[in-house]
Amino acid sequence: MSLPGRKQRRQSMMNNKKFIVSHAPFYHNGSKISSTGYNIMGATLPAVLMGIYIYGVPALGVVALSISSAMLWELLMNKVMKLPVTIGDGNAALIGMLFAMLVPATLPWWAVVTGTFTAIVIGQQIYGGIGGNPFNPVIVALTILMVSWKDIFDFDTALLNYDFNFVTLYPLAALKHFGLSSVESFTPGALLLGQQTGGIGSTFGLGLILGGIYLIIRGYIRWEISLSFLGGVLITAWLFQLSDPAVYAGPVFHLLTGYTLIGAFFLATENSSSPVNFIPMLIYGAGGGIMAVLIRNIGVYVDGVLLAILLMNLVNPMLDKIRPKALGKVV
Amino acid sequence: MIKRAFRGLKAPQIEYELLHDTPVGPRSILPSKTVTLLLPGKYERKDKLTLCAGDSIKTGQKLSPYEDSDDYAISSVTGTIASVAPYTGDFGQSFTTIIIQAAEKEKTDDAFSAACSDSVRNAVTDFLACVPGRPPLDLLARPDKPIHTLVICGMDADLMIATNQHIIKTRIDAVTRGIKILKNAYGIEKAIIALPRDLVSGFGHVGARLIAVDACYPSANHRMIMYKALKQVVPADKNCEDLGVCFISAEAAASIGSAFEKGRIPFTKTITLINKDRKKIMISARIGTPVRDIFKACDVTVNERDRIIFGGPMTGTAVFSENHPVGPDTDAIIVQANKDVTLVSDYPCVNCGECVRLCPANIQVNMLVRFLEAGEYQTAADEYDLHSCIECGLCSFVCESKIPVFQYIRLAKYELAREKAAEAIDDE
Repeated sequence: MSLPGRKQRRQSMMNNKKFIVSHAPFYHNGSKISSTGYNIMGATLPAVLMGIYIYGVPALGVVALSISSAMLWELLMNKVMKLPVTIGDGNAALIGMLFAMLVPATLPWWAVVTGTFTAIVIGQQIYGGIGGNPFNPVIVALTILMVSWKDIFDFDTALLNYDFNFVTLYPLAALKHFGLSSVESFTPGALLLGQQTGGIGSTFGLGLILGGIYLIIRGYIRWEISLSFLGGVLITAWLFQLSDPAVYAGPVFHLLTGYTLIGAFFLATENSSSPVNFIPMLIYGAGGGIMAVLIRNIGVYVDGVLLAILLMNLVNPMLDKIRPKALGKVV
Repeated sequence: MIKRAFRGLKAPQIEYELLHDTPVGPRSILPSKTVTLLLPGKYERKDKLTLCAGDSIKTGQKLSPYEDSDDYAISSVTGTIASVAPYTGDFGQSFTTIIIQAAEKEKTDDAFSAACSDSVRNAVTDFLACVPGRPPLDLLARPDKPIHTLVICGMDADLMIATNQHIIKTRIDAVTRGIKILKNAYGIEKAIIALPRDLVSGFGHVGARLIAVDACYPSANHRMIMYKALKQVVPADKNCEDLGVCFISAEAAASIGSAFEKGRIPFTKTITLINKDRKKIMISARIGTPVRDIFKACDVTVNERDRIIFGGPMTGTAVFSENHPVGPDTDAIIVQANKDVTLVSDYPCVNCGECVRLCPANIQVNMLVRFLEAGEYQTAADEYDLHSCIECGLCSFVCESKIPVFQYIRLAKYELAREKAAEAIDDE
């Protein structure tokens, strides 16, 4: 505010208090990037802890190495690109956590470090960091690694030396290679409680469901995507079973095995690579679910969830063009 | 700050606070020794000024500093002019400030009461453009776009402010008188009073048509009133006045009503003062009172690095000095303690979709902000509905990355308008 005379003005400038001047709005609801990251990590804990309980210290080692190396890769990229350090926002740690949840407990250290490098650097940082990635970085990393080193991701070979009190057979591989009769021993209850082999954090169905429900209620993931993904899986699997019950497994089996649940709640819902409008979210989720079962049942891969989500990531920008008409839009 | 709800599943509903009890009259702030009047319009060369330091001024005197301009301010005190100086507001908006040193004895100028007896319309246009509430008289009088409906807002568009609800509850007679005067003076067919839904039943006796406004922000926004209550969609490239509907605050109507009743131009503004603990006090102060004097009278302590906001929390303006004067449209003054001040960040959009879920105008904010950050304003307007924005500020309010989305939008609109104006000049 101008005041009489320049001298007086300068004088009053000296006496005046300095206030914070910024633009509207002056309230904020207090949401933060970091609270999203840490809440999702918290929601993964039941499944991860169960994984560590089942697979022991090697699993703990993989989880710890994965999280720490992911954060270090991001730190390194921050330094190389001369950007502010962003590892405190929980995003790198979350990527590390999700990567560890998908891999077998015996994954060699170099594969973990390469995986997190692929996820953080190739999957996210080169696109401009958080929010810029067109694909889910965890899935990018895992699919690249699976194509490169097929054998270390074969759960049956990887977990050969374990002695469990349940059938040591990766259910989806068994279904693919030995037919429906080989998986009849898996009851839904046992699958739900993690009585199956698989990735460290992707077998304990109940834990994943609880984590997913928590995230949906808190609004950290978009329920439309999760539910339509599960719907897509269930309906497609059911249709396959209807067509030939002797060959195809039922919807509940597909729901509780492989990466279906972790995919629905933690992978497909990744913010940056998924749509935000209602109808696109439904198409995106359902499309992912349908593709996953199609790949499982008639494709060559054992589990189709990762590739299905990757494919839907690809069409996401086009899907998000389906949007409601803006108020007063002039055509 | 209104915190994010624990259950984030449903889009948050932010509600206006309604005045339920009959409010006590506003606390009156004593006139200040120095009064500053802000006059919109460019400050031009000194030799063109008709006013200069040392001129003596009466209360209610019309001050028009430029010979060739119709803009004027009304003095709210008796005294002498201390200085006339330029002032630049938001987005480079220029103002002329007139600082008046108040004298002890008050003398009232009677030019308005003389004009009253002549033509009502001329009296309104010539003297009442900057009464409390600031009626948009220039919009009412445009010959190319006649106004057929006058909407009187009995509810403030922004959150927390109770000023116009207070006016409706305490001065409804003045409001109805003001409506009648405006209708006759400008030949307006219809007058509608927009009220909070809870209040509608209490005002059946007024005689004007009443419409109910929901308590959910931003229902009291002018474009939202048009859309929800009047069932008219304002095209993105037009405004409400283009459709013949003009919005005016209840306080402006009340000021016009009481001006003709008493034969004096009103100059005390009713203000909602919101303290650091978010407690509201209704006060009335003369236009031009520096906010410092209001703080002193109401025992508000402001410290270094606090924030002083003129207007509401969602759309107001932060000021940088305690000398900033109360204007005719200052409905609220908010003081925010340093610990409550929220800042923006330079994080990119993470595509969480909160803004898209919340946007009352259905704008694809997540895409819009990407274009705005890159300075692609024209593409933003063409493809992502920049001009549909009703400027409620909710997108910034919920933004997880704390991107100043709302400011980006306002800047883009401002830049586009400037470009358009420059092109228009080139064409001539």
